[in-house]
Amino acid sequence: MSNLSMDIYRKLYLIRKSEEEIRRLYPENEMKTPMHMSMGEEAIVVGVCHALSHDDQVFGTYRSHALYLAKTENTDNFFAEMCGKVSSMQKGKSGSMHLCDPNRGFMGASAIVASHISVAVGAAFANLRLKNKKMVAVFFGDGAIEEGTFWESLNLACLMKIPVLFVCEDNGLAVHTSESERHGYDSITDIVGKFKCNVLKEESTDAETIYKLVLKAIKLNEENQMPCFLHLKYYRYLEHVGINEDFNIGYRSKNEYIDWAKRDPIKLQKSKLLALGYGKELEIIELQIDKKIEKSIFLAKKAPFADESELYKDIFSDNEAVI
Amino acid sequence: MRNITYCEALNEAMLQEMERDSNIFVYGIGVPDHVGVFGSTVGLLKKFGKERCFDTPISEDAMTGFGLGAAINKMRPIHVHIRVDFLLLAINQLANMISCYRYGTGGTLKVPLVIRAVVGRGWGQSFQHSKSMFSTFAHIPGLKVVLPTTPKDAKGLLIAAIRDDNPVILIEHRWLYWQVGDVPEEPYSIPIGEANILKKGKDITIVATSWMNVEAVKAADVLEKIGISVEVVDPRTIAPLNDEIIIKSVKKTGHCIIADNDWVDFGVSAEIATKIYEKCFGVLKSPIERIGFAHTPCPTARHLENCFYPNAVTIIRSVEKKLGLEPMDLTGESFYSHENRFKGPF
Repeated sequence: MSNLSMDIYRKLYLIRKSEEEIRRLYPENEMKTPMHMSMGEEAIVVGVCHALSHDDQVFGTYRSHALYLAKTENTDNFFAEMCGKVSSMQKGKSGSMHLCDPNRGFMGASAIVASHISVAVGAAFANLRLKNKKMVAVFFGDGAIEEGTFWESLNLACLMKIPVLFVCEDNGLAVHTSESERHGYDSITDIVGKFKCNVLKEESTDAETIYKLVLKAIKLNEENQMPCFLHLKYYRYLEHVGINEDFNIGYRSKNEYIDWAKRDPIKLQKSKLLALGYGKELEIIELQIDKKIEKSIFLAKKAPFADESELYKDIFSDNEAVI
Repeated sequence: MRNITYCEALNEAMLQEMERDSNIFVYGIGVPDHVGVFGSTVGLLKKFGKERCFDTPISEDAMTGFGLGAAINKMRPIHVHIRVDFLLLAINQLANMISCYRYGTGGTLKVPLVIRAVVGRGWGQSFQHSKSMFSTFAHIPGLKVVLPTTPKDAKGLLIAAIRDDNPVILIEHRWLYWQVGDVPEEPYSIPIGEANILKKGKDITIVATSWMNVEAVKAADVLEKIGISVEVVDPRTIAPLNDEIIIKSVKKTGHCIIADNDWVDFGVSAEIATKIYEKCFGVLKSPIERIGFAHTPCPTARHLENCFYPNAVTIIRSVEKKLGLEPMDLTGESFYSHENRFKGPF
């Protein structure tokens, strides 16, 4: 229990602290990439990724800071890419919206809503055919459900019994537009439940609850081979894109935030561990993570930009053979 | 020598490659049915089973993303579309996902994906079953676009596409499926990005794409009778475009007509013409002439359809005009017509 709780806290804190550092550093204008901040959704990604193995694969959206760090914990590459430096695997070509680290199972992120869902289904199909036992989880917002390709992908996975975890991170907003302006239905889980698919839902901000739910989803898949649709609620703390709060605009009320912040995923996990008497251990972990992030930022800032010739590299594999 | 059709050549390419590599699979709407995409996928289901040859829901967009996902996880998918027009439903996957996936992963992932799509033509295909869209796909960095013309090209270029670690779109003209030619039995590949001279000549160069090569060779044969020597150059790959053979030919002849099996405006012919103007400035004896579809949607009724499509006669008249010749008498010449071949419906 305590190891699990502590591991989960470590990831939650790593994500929150990394994003706090982005908020601190963004005004320096060195990170020239549009930031879609994850703050508020940490319990979902940590809960899901903690239930997955190192080799399992995830696909994310443009809002994937938390998912990336939950899956890879690779802060060196994270900050290097935010700063657009050559020391990042992507050498600055992708930025905040297209994070990836395939060697750690983060297979890519798309900034075109829902476009990565079918890609995840295809990846899971390949894993099934190759019998490598890798599970695939694909993350998307509730807005993705309005895209036709979501339904195409869901239908396909259900039809072909492809083991995919469809993780709907529902924050009720599409940029600034509420679900009441977008949805011609009441309950998405009722509708998806009509497909040959396992459906689970949760509104908790407790990462351990999510983790257990995902273990259940994986077990269900082992039993009936059907994919799983997970409907998980969270609250987006910051503006759609950018590092600031935006409660002054008027499309949502700060009172909503205050309610959700009472059960903030990081605070919640910390209070559970404090109640169990792990205060000292928490201090050590937080200090270690602070140092890790500090070092990653230092390395990112120090690293050079890629040579201009990098622009033309990696368009094609074996590029030199292409005329 | 072994003569088989273009369609049989495509079929043989997939069959031999699927025997070689068990990670190759072929899928798409109608792929395993009795028609088998005009016969090109016939027999693959029986040979390889439904795990490697399967039908799909009518979901072109998701099925294209599906191919991308399988490709980055070390499979080698071949996705088949019976019409280029239907592939347009997947343009988001092509332009926003597939073309930039490798770039976006810093070269970590490969995308060995083949997309085959057929240009429809018969009679009556109208404006949603007849498109080529060559330049639309070629415009996007990160996609290779291949247009096989001969049966030998069909097999060699499809095998090259399957073995390529990058996304390759192979666009096949429906009428080419009936072409017969010498095709080696053993597997072989023709390099992607290599042009082919279909007929040697010295007076004028015709650069043609896809079906228009058949029309261009016919025009060249007719013009030969009045002593005009036409060189027909088929780029075969339009992205990446290797213009070496085209430029060499135009430098030799000084005259060039580009006959594209597509609309003219903003098309492949514009790109090729620009390359020629850049590299043959001062050598050209006349402005480049471009031939292609009328700039209209494709109509259904046959008499209007005949006005929409250029053909060998269009090319002959264009050559005569360019070289200052009187129009020759074409009485008794037999031009390619599918009235006898094509009985519909598709």
